Order: sequence, then C-alpha cells, then structure tokens
Amino acid sequence: MEKYKKYINLIYLAIFVGMVVMAYTTSKYRPESVFVLFTDLSWLGDWPKWLDFPLMPFLNKWFDILIVKYGIMFEGINFFLLGIYGQMKNFLVGLPWPIVMISVILLAYFASGKQMGTTIMVGFCVFFLGFLSPRYWDKCIMTTTIVVIGMLLCLVIGIPIGIAMARNKKVRNALLPILDLMQTIPSFCYLIPGILLFGLGAVPAIVAIFVYAVPPLIRLTDLGIRLVDKEVIEAAEAFGANKKQKLWGVQLPLALPNIMQGINQCTMMSLAMVVIASMIGTRGIGDEVLLGLQQLNVGMATEAGIAIVLLAIIFDRITQSYGERMQERVHHTKEKVKLK
Amino acid sequence: MSTKIEIKNVYKIFGENPAKVLPMVQEGATKEEVLEQTGHTVGLDNVSINVQEGETFVCMGLSGSGKSTLIRHINRLIDPTAGEVSVEGTNVMQLDQKSLIEFRRHKMSMVFQRFGLFPHKTVIQNVGYGLEVQGKEKNEIEKVAMEKIDAVGLIGFEHMYPNQLSGGMQQRVGLARALATNTDIMLMDEAFSALDPLIRSDMQKQLIDLQAELKKTIVFITHDLDESLRLGDHIGILNGGRLVQVGTPIEIIMKPADDYVAAFVKDVNRAKVIKAKIIMVSPQKFKGTKNSNTIKVNEDAFLDEFLPKVCLTPATIEVVDKSGNLKGYITDKELSKALTKTHSNGVVKS
Ligand SMILES: Nc1ncnc2c1ncn2[C@@H]1O[C@H](COP(=O)(O)OP(=O)(O)OP(=O)(O)O)[C@@H](O)[C@H]1O
Ligand SMILES: [Mg+2]
Repeated sequence: MEKYKKYINLIYLAIFVGMVVMAYTTSKYRPESVFVLFTDLSWLGDWPKWLDFPLMPFLNKWFDILIVKYGIMFEGINFFLLGIYGQMKNFLVGLPWPIVMISVILLAYFASGKQMGTTIMVGFCVFFLGFLSPRYWDKCIMTTTIVVIGMLLCLVIGIPIGIAMARNKKVRNALLPILDLMQTIPSFCYLIPGILLFGLGAVPAIVAIFVYAVPPLIRLTDLGIRLVDKEVIEAAEAFGANKKQKLWGVQLPLALPNIMQGINQCTMMSLAMVVIASMIGTRGIGDEVLLGLQQLNVGMATEAGIAIVLLAIIFDRITQSYGERMQERVHHTKEKVKLK
Repeated sequence: MSTKIEIKNVYKIFGENPAKVLPMVQEGATKEEVLEQTGHTVGLDNVSINVQEGETFVCMGLSGSGKSTLIRHINRLIDPTAGEVSVEGTNVMQLDQKSLIEFRRHKMSMVFQRFGLFPHKTVIQNVGYGLEVQGKEKNEIEKVAMEKIDAVGLIGFEHMYPNQLSGGMQQRVGLARALATNTDIMLMDEAFSALDPLIRSDMQKQLIDLQAELKKTIVFITHDLDESLRLGDHIGILNGGRLVQVGTPIEIIMKPADDYVAAFVKDVNRAKVIKAKIIMVSPQKFKGTKNSNTIKVNEDAFLDEFLPKVCLTPATIEVVDKSGNLKGYITDKELSKALTKTHSNGVVKS
C-alpha cells in the first residue's frame, strides 16, 4: 500500500489521459487527423463534440448484459415482491374499513406506550384519509403496503450491513462512499433501472424505496453501535462476553434508540419516494396528485397532497413515539429526548 | 508464594504509529517530549511489576500517569506496544480469541473507574452479568447476585436501573458485579473513589476480611494514600507512565525514591502506619541510657497506639514479641525521627 501512495497522483493522471484518448478515438465527430487540431484552433471555442466520454453507451451495454444474464434472478425478485404486495394489499383492501382504522389506532396506542394524545391524533388522521375522498381509502392502503414492504426490506438488509460497518473499519471505508452516492443521486434516476428490470407497477417502487431509504438506516445503525460508551463495552469484554453476546446483549440494545431514529427517517423517505413513483405507474395516493396536475385541477392535487401529509403524520407519530419509548427504556430517564 | 501476575518491560504508546515512536521512548524521552515532537501519548514507559499470589498490589500516581492503562493490560483490554504480560505463567498476548474469553471469564474480574454498568440492565442483571455470559442457570445467577448485592449493602435496589442510583451506589454495583464471578484475580480501578467515608471504610474492611479468608490477588488503583497504606502489601507509584518506586508501605513512607513520591506521602499520618518493630533498635545495638520507666509494647503495634502514654510519662519503650521476648528498644530519638516528614532518600526536612 505504502509503495503505491507515492504514485497515486501519477496513476490518476494516467487514467485521465486514457479516458480522453478513449473519448477521442471512439468519437464519430473527431477530425480526420490529430494534426488538424493544431492548425485549426476553432475547437477551443465551443466544447468540441469529440471530447465526449462514452459513458452512456457503455452503461447501456452493461445494462443489456445484466438483463440477459441475470434476467431470471430479477424475474424471481419481481415475482416474490409482487406476490407479497398483492396478498397484503388484497387482504387490507378486503377488510371492512372500520377494522383497518381500529387496528391502526390500536397500533398507535401500544407503540406510543398508551399515550392518549398520539393515539387520538393518529385516529383522526386515519379517519380523514377516507373523509377527504372515499377513493383515497384504497389508494392509501396501496401506498402503505408498498412503504411497509420497502421498509421491511430496508430493515432486513440495512441493519446487518450497519452492524458489519460498525464492527469492521474496512467495511465502513468501503461502504461510506457508496452510501453517499446512493443519497446524492436524484431519486428519479432510481426509477428507470427499476422499470427496465421489473416493469411498471409496485415492484420498481419498492426497489427504488429500498435504494433511496436504506442509507440513513445503515448509517444510524453503525453510528448507534459505535456511540455505545467504550467503558460499557470494555466491561462486557472484561467479563468474557464473546462477539455474539456483546452484540445482542449490549451493543444492539444500547443502539436501539438510534436505530429507531433510522427507521423513522427511513419511513419518511419511503413515503416521499412512493409518491414520486406514481410517475412510473405505481398505483397509490400519488397518482391522484399526478392526475390533478395533468388536468390542472388545483383542488384535486391539493386534496391528494393533504392525504399524503396525513399519511406521513401517521407513519411519523407511530415510529417516533415508539423510538422515544425505546430511548426511555434504554436510558431510564424520564426526560424526553427528541429524536429529530 | 508464587508470582501471579508478571508485567515485564511493558511500553504502551497511544497514537497513529506507536511502533515508530517506540525507539524514541526506549531511549529515554519523557512523556512531554514525545507528545510535543510526535503527537503520540506515552501511556506506559518500561513498566515491570510482579504481583505475588494472595497479595494486594496498590497502584498510585497522579491523574494521567497511566494507572488505568496498566491495569487494562492485565486482562488484555489493551495490547502493549512492547513487552510481556503473563498471568500464572501464561503469556496473555499469546492467547487466541477463544482462550482469551475463557481466561477473562474464569481468571479475573474488574471494577471500572467510571463503573461501566449496563444502563439497560437492572442492578441484579448487572451483578449477574459475569455468570450470565458463562452460561450459568438463571436461578444460580440470581442467588449469587443477591448475595453480592447484600454484601455491598444494596438490598432493596436490585430491580432499579443504574441511572436511578447515586454515584456511590453505582460503584457498589460495579463492585458486586466483580465479586459475583469469584475469580482469583481482581482488578479494581479506583473501586472506592465515589463512596462516602463511612461506606468506604466499611468496604475497605470487607476487602481486608475477604483477603484474609480467600487470599485473592488484587490489583488496586487509588488516589488515596491512607487507603493504599491500609490495603496494600506492596505499592507501586507511577509518574508520567514510568514506575518510580515499588515497595512495602513502610518503604514508600520511610524512603521515598524521589521528590514526586515524597510529595505523595508528605501528608500521611505516620504514627498510624509505622509499627514499633520498624523503628526499634535491637538490644545489642542499643547504646543510650535507659529511662527508669519502661513501657512494654507489642512489636506489631502502631506508633499511635502507645504514643499518648509516652507523652504523659517519659519512658523507655521495650518492644516485645507475642510471647513476651525482648526484641528491641525505642527512645525519644527514634520516635522523633520516625515522625518527622522526610524528603526523598530519607533526608530530614529542615
Ligand atoms: N485510548 C487512548 N487513546 C489515547 N490516549 C490515551 C488513551 N487511553 C489513555 N490515554 C493516555 O494515556 C495516559 C494515561 O491514561 P490513564 O487513563 O491510564 O491515566 P490514569 O492514571 O488512570 O488517570 P486517572 O487517575 O485520571 O484515571 C493519559 O495521558 C491519557 O491521555
Ligand atoms: Mg484511571
């Protein structure tokens, strides 16, 4: 490693030169010979057409190979997720609405540690979803189902990755830039590969949610574990806890408030994503907004917008009040620590 | 008696590249110089100690002198930069992951300076933690944990969480947790520092009784000289990562190795720690004139036990052993010398 560090700048330079040469040689627009560049200096005016790195054709080729080679795998994922989605959606839509409403209220009641304020607020929000427009009820259920499945995917994959990151510095160094990338790429971009791999509908939305919402969960799991008091970890080690005992008995329980915060953020981002996903034909409350937009119907778009806000409040209150309770349980202080 | 813990030429340097800085430290650079020139912190600088089986070794030194660093080497919470640590003849650096865990479970327990309690576990779960990781039965864990909670006087608090207890109570939970695994070796990092004087004195007495009965090997860190004199069979004094003196309490008080140690011991109540046999002059060497009055004292008596008597009626003190045989004499001269504060190397302060 040490040996290479000295030459790192040279290596970067070589790569850069290589890229320029490649762009030049593959370009259709290059002049007949290189020497023309020295005699005709007009290319210094506007950005020359031949100075164009061929990333797009490269990615497209790569993507075609991906579809051909791993098509079966994506089919499988598609089939699996669509199956779960269909089952869950049909079940919830099939239930009489008062039962769904009461279930959500009960969930809020127990998640918040029997706080009446939160419960009543969530109850009102649920009621208003249907009250705004009867059409919204089923659409909100579809949206919720997608968010919940996306979230579960995030939990099952994100938390173990977070743990691996906290344990191993190399893993962390390798993953941090990838997480940064995942968070900075505009969320729209996730939809296109989603469509190509999984077609239109709920599955690309679920996949896009996963890619978009998993980074904060991974980060906060990692952070939560690393923030556990060093002497507490030392105490566990000093009494001979092995790695598993340390993780399950000490690190995870103490990181739980942070992980809950990650889950809360994850839900909010999922909801934002699922609304955008209505553009690729994902059915749900988002397409009401889209419809309003297309018809220039301000009332319709606003009404649907309000429904989305209500949905967000429901998700937020339930996950956040549960997180606060975890915090209390772990630190046993009465004072409330705000999660956001 | 055999050597239980052996620490041999241990160096510990904290920072980016300890191996690079090590030669500089080995050549005698001080902690300050190393920090200024390389940005590395010297934790320990060529420390060697032997702790015998069944003794209490007390480690003292100012804040930042490396006491906690030293004690963490014994159970390998910290790996040394150079040097060797062996416990019962086993080099702890050579243990693999599995044996290290077994070693920590059964050989030694530790009390932490900042307690290191598990905030999400109740007092009884905290105390039983050592047994829990060993995979003991729940009933047994609770039974032992309750015994130890009783021993540190926390009955009634067993279902509370650490954050609901005062600092001193938390410290006693840490103490009970270390006692619960009943290991041969106990590492106690300022184990009594947060206790009030009454409980502290009580805990010290319990520890002495425990020692008399079970003969554990204890490494004890403290800032309190009286405590170290009361508990320690040997005392080691650290300064800036270096071990400046190791000796029995009397050696430390009577012959401080340097000004640093002298400053440490200057305020101690000497009459309370010096025994008659330490300062007596043997009958053969005794040349002074005997006073007509004599007082017989046991050779193991502390000065403050017979000092008031001598002050009332000037007398020659005859030091005797248990069966009454004469062992030596003490006159005013020896008394005054013993009670005078000393500089390093036993020089009397003017
Ligand atoms: N993990 C660490 N990283 C860097 N430096 C450290 C670390 N642990 C200890 N040190 C340094 O090592 C030196 C000794 O620290 P140590 O904790 O052993 O002191 P101590 O004698 O126990 O002090 P106190 O009486 O305050 O507890 C200090 O200068 C400290 O800055
Ligand atoms: Mg310390």
